[in-house]
Amino acid sequence: MTAASEGKTATVTLPSDRQILITREFDAPAHLVFKAFTTPELVGRWWSADMGETTLVAIDLRVGGAWRYVMVTHDGVEVAFHGEYLEVVPNERLVSTEVYENLPPDVPQETAVNTATFTEENGRTILTILVTHSTREHRDGHLKSGMEGGLQKALHLLESVARGLA
Amino acid sequence: MARAATTSDVFNALAEPKRRQLVDLLASGERSVTDLVRLLELTQPAVSKHLRVLRDVGIVHVRDDGRQRLYRLDPLSLRPIHDWVAPYQHLWNRRFEALDNVLDELQRQEERDDGSE
Repeated sequence: MTAASEGKTATVTLPSDRQILITREFDAPAHLVFKAFTTPELVGRWWSADMGETTLVAIDLRVGGAWRYVMVTHDGVEVAFHGEYLEVVPNERLVSTEVYENLPPDVPQETAVNTATFTEENGRTILTILVTHSTREHRDGHLKSGMEGGLQKALHLLESVARGLA
Repeated sequence: MARAATTSDVFNALAEPKRRQLVDLLASGERSVTDLVRLLELTQPAVSKHLRVLRDVGIVHVRDDGRQRLYRLDPLSLRPIHDWVAPYQHLWNRRFEALDNVLDELQRQEERDDGSE
């Protein structure tokens, strides 16, 4: 993997039993990345990626303000998240709670805390999203929800991990 | 789901923070037990106990070099963990690729706006 493509790949690490850390570099200044994260019309264009269609993005960007995102997957399942902003530092930092609304009824509901930081360097932005769950079980469940995407890239990624460790 | 005994698989072996620290230390290369004791600030028996758990599930291998016991990481043993995280990473990659397109457009728009002032 070249240095250029490395920055364009999101890395996911597990800093503790309850956390997930996502890191990615963007070829754009921090104020634009922040804008794309906090403007409903823009969030609607990237958040669901190719997994489905975003049907609702509500953002009340202030401390104590609420947010809610809803997506309908290609197989017709509605997936929704909501939360509240705990900290809003424009172009730098966004802390919010997150509740996944589609947990099975037998699983205790929980509130996770997401901390996004936007760090600009030479016109590029390093974005980190730290997701802190209340228990290891909820963290693990969150990770498993990504399984739907399939395992096609796993082997390729494994190679780079293994090379890095060798 | 009930949690299995600590030695049963790599997930359980790495649930212990000190053992994750050991893996981090070994990621940069082979190290002696003495080295690991010093870096972890634990007693030698405690470090040996953690190393034994890691060895039992194949995360580390050991060899004798004169009077030293050297431990090294087997990256392929971490594959189950990697396979578990990879789809989630893939999801974020797809999301961020879509975000790249949005950002390109915002940048072009900003350049146009600057030009027209």
